[in-house]
Formats: sequence, structure tokens, C-alpha cells
Amino acid sequence: MLRYLITRALSLGASLIVASLVIFAMIEVIPGDPASFMLGLNASPDTVAALRDDLGLNGSLSARYFNWISGLLVGDFGISYTYRVPVSELVLERLQVSLPLALFALLLSTLIAIPVGLIAAARRGQMTDYTVMGVTQMGIAVPNFWFAMLLVLVFAVQLRWFSAGGFPGWDAGVGPTLKALTLPAIALALPQASILARVMRSSLLDVLHQDYMRTARAKGLSVAQATRRHALRNAMIPVLTIIGLQFSFLLAGAIIIENVFFLPGLGRLIFQAITQRDLVVVESVVMLLVFAVILVTFLVDVAYVVVDPRLRRRA
Amino acid sequence: MTRLPAQLWIGAVLSVVLLAAALISFLWTPYDVTALNIADKLKAPSAEYLLGTDHFGRDLLSMLMEGGRISIAVAVLAVGIGMGVGVPLGLMAAANRGGWLDEIIMRGNDLIFAFPSLVIAILITATFGPSATNAIIAIGIFNIPVFARVARGGALTIWTREFIMAARVAGKGKARISVEHILPNIANLLIVQGTIQFSLGILAEAGLSYVGLGAQPPTPSWGRMLADAQTMIYTTPRLAIAPGLAIVVMVLGLNLMGDGLRDLLDPRIRRARE
Repeated sequence: MLRYLITRALSLGASLIVASLVIFAMIEVIPGDPASFMLGLNASPDTVAALRDDLGLNGSLSARYFNWISGLLVGDFGISYTYRVPVSELVLERLQVSLPLALFALLLSTLIAIPVGLIAAARRGQMTDYTVMGVTQMGIAVPNFWFAMLLVLVFAVQLRWFSAGGFPGWDAGVGPTLKALTLPAIALALPQASILARVMRSSLLDVLHQDYMRTARAKGLSVAQATRRHALRNAMIPVLTIIGLQFSFLLAGAIIIENVFFLPGLGRLIFQAITQRDLVVVESVVMLLVFAVILVTFLVDVAYVVVDPRLRRRA
Repeated sequence: MTRLPAQLWIGAVLSVVLLAAALISFLWTPYDVTALNIADKLKAPSAEYLLGTDHFGRDLLSMLMEGGRISIAVAVLAVGIGMGVGVPLGLMAAANRGGWLDEIIMRGNDLIFAFPSLVIAILITATFGPSATNAIIAIGIFNIPVFARVARGGALTIWTREFIMAARVAGKGKARISVEHILPNIANLLIVQGTIQFSLGILAEAGLSYVGLGAQPPTPSWGRMLADAQTMIYTTPRLAIAPGLAIVVMVLGLNLMGDGLRDLLDPRIRRARE
């Protein structure tokens, strides 16, 4: 068990190092000089030189990489060129929108998907099952930003239950904040819930045919009891993987939804930073997102081994 | 003769109709989409304009037909990149199972998976300039690990079969066996995955174009039409609903086709369903 954790942790570290090199290289391959790229075409040579100095571009490639990484390790993400504030401050501020949004969407998706998948599996081959499969097939096919536009059309424009976008900030209170996040969270959750419900259904169907389910029924448990005690637990393994993957997707994948609803989140920060050529922000925020994804994957892997002793031996 | 799954039929009809519409647009569209006709702007659907016109008086149906070209082309070419690079990598990994090459290819795969694809796609298109070509590359890169993984997984099960042993005894090398014996046997898997990645590519292109990083004006694409329609959604929701529906129908058709093909081609699933 300990050996498994150590090897997994080592590969986590290796992935992070390679990821940071890739991101660094991507920023470096931007055609031309980053400083003139950031300042645009009309910048005077003096300003470019000053910015080069500011960004530490005059050092060697390796020195710049180590500066960046050692900064990241102590929480120094550099200073944003357009906002003139530390990137860490920006990130913390934007996380107050993105993190609750991702959690909200994940909660919605899980709360919808698990019971729906369960019902579909229980009524396999019946009308309910076909309906669930049809609706989730649609849910996967709908682009979430288009669904978001339709939600705005119905609930903000026609019914006027929600505002069409914007974020009041947590200072306005929990109620208004959650209300502002509701439509975006629904839009984000729809495709995720559709995928998750299908995974839940097929995973449960797989488990229901296992020998231990027959044994459980043979020893006198009802279908419901056997499902609750034995099937659900085993069926949850693939479902957990997908939930883990979805969380990181929701955190990073909300860029477009944040644009539809004008939410000042992490995704919008990245998008604006890219269009404003604020490379310091881009580099550090992308690294942060990749770190989050790799870390969540790691935690899900470790969680399996804790939950399922069989995997311990295999590892 | 096994009966073709219903979803395969439905899916094929849905996607072929849109594909045909896009292809026909090369030869003929009801109206010229580059010609502005302000006098006829925002016309409701009628016999003259089947789906009505947009704020420049362009025929919505013609735009949908032409818009499909870019959306479909981007997705197809991105699948091509993913297959072209990913499948050889997967085959190499499987042929050297457990070796260092396998390890490097699979870890590289995990790494690409760890990157938030949309963020990187946006980064690529923003760095090298927004264009359909860069959208293809950005989407294509993320198709590579998917195909590599599917190819490796499929190939590993084939490598254990007797006829591979026979080929080895006959003196064929790993590369030749991979191409002559493994590839034809995993073609089914790759076709099914190709359909799925095709549909994901349509969605990704729509997203990139929607934020302005895909095809550039005046080339229409479904995603760009959605972006243009967003400000008009209060007054003329039709303009946003039509391209969205086109995307949904295309993606739905491809997904149904993928599921149907999988049922048809994978005997294990077929047996389980019977």
C-alpha cells in the first residue's frame, strides 16, 4: 500500500514537471519576442526593452524556467501585465466564482444522474429506460453554450425568473449569488449529467449480473436489499472516475459558459488574458489548472485503493 | 444476416442529410450567402426564404448549408490527425508491450489527457492566430491520445491470438504484423471511435468558433452563426435556434451511428443484448 502510494506520488511529480516544461515551451514558441507580442505592433523599442527586463526575459531559458517554477512553489505567480496586480490575487478572486460554479454543477449533475441511471437500470428494456437513454443521448449532443442561450431565452427573457448574466459578488449575500450561478450551473451540468447517468446505468447493469448478486439473492435478500448492499458499491467505481474527471473539466471547461453569462471566473480570466496577450497570467493559470486536473486524478486513484482492497494487490 | 440496429439507421439518416446539404452547398444554395440584401433583413420564414433571413438579409438556410462545410471539415480533419498519429503510436506501444517505448507513449498520452483541452485549444488558436486550420490542429492533438489508447487496447488482445503466433513463426517482424494482421482486426474499434470523435469535433469547433477562435468571417460556420445570433436572441431567437439545432442533429446522428456500429461490429455486446 505504502509502496503503491510512493510510486503514484513519484509519477504525479514527474507528470507535473513535464507539464510545466510543455507549458513553458508553448509560451516560448509564440512567434517573436513575448514582450513585443504583449505590447503589440506600435510599441517603442524602449518600452519593449523595459518590459523584457520586467518579465526577466533577459536571463537564459533555463534561468527563466527555474525562476517561474520556484515562484510557483512559494505561491508567487508573477505580476499580471494588464491588471498590474499579482496573478495569485487574481486567481483567488476568480476562484470565488469558478469553484462554487464547478461544485454547483457537479452537485446538480450527480444528484440528477445517479437516481436516473439507477431507475433506467432497474427498468431495463422498458419505456422508462428508453426514455432515459433518448433524453441523455440528446443531452450529450447539445452544445452547453447553446443550451445556456436557450435557458437565458426562457428563464431570463420570457419568464424573468433569473437575470441573463453577471455576478453580484459574494458580498451581496449567498442567495443572490447562488441565483446568479443557477442557470450557468444547469447549462454546465446537462451534458455531464447525461454522460454520468449512462455510465451509472451500464455500470449497474454489469454488476447486477455478477455471481455475488445471485448469491446475495439466494441467501434471501430482496432485489432492493441486494442492490443497496452489494451492487451499488461496486457500480460506483466507474461512476467515481467519471465524477473525478468531470470536476476538473468543469473547473477548466467553463470558459465558454462564463462568457455566455458574463461571469468573472477563472475561464474568463484565461480567455481575456489570451486575447490581451497577458502571458504571465496565461502561463500560471494554465499550469494551475493542469495541476488541479493531475491532482484530482491522483486523488481518485488513491481513493480507489482505499475503497477497493482488490486493487491494492494488483498495484 | 443480422438486422441492422435501429439507431444505426436513424443516426445515419440524420448525419447524411446534413452532410449532403453541406456538400450540395458547393454547387448550389438557395441564395448567395455573401450578398447582403438589407431590404430583406430579418424576414420571417416564408415560401421565399424557408428559414427566414438574418440582420443582413442573408438567407438562413443557405448559411446553414454553407456553415456545415467548415464545421464538418474541421471535425473530419481533426479525426484524421488523431487517427494518423494516434493509431501508429498505439500499435507501436502494443507491439512493445511493457517496454520503454510503451511506457513513454502511454505516459505521454496521460499527459495530454491531463491538459484541459479547451484551454489548450484556445491557447493554440490564440497564439498562432484564429483560423480553421489552427482549430483543426488544436482539436486534432487531443484526438491523438484517444486513438492511441483505443488502438493499443485493441491490439493487445489481438497479439495474444494464435494466428499472430503463426505469423511470428513465419518470420514476420513486429511492424509488418501490426500493419497486416493487427490493424485490420482493430479497424472496427477505430471506426466506432472515429464516429464519436467526429461528433466531439463538431462540438469543439462550435465552441471555438463561438468565442471567435475558429473560422473567420466571411466564412460561415455553425458556431460562428451562434455567436452572431447571441445579441439578437431577445428579438429574433430563430437565428440562434437554427444553427444550434443543426449542431444537435449532426452530433446526435453521429453518436447514434457510433452506438449502432458498435453493437453491429462487436459480437460480445450483440450476444449480451440477445
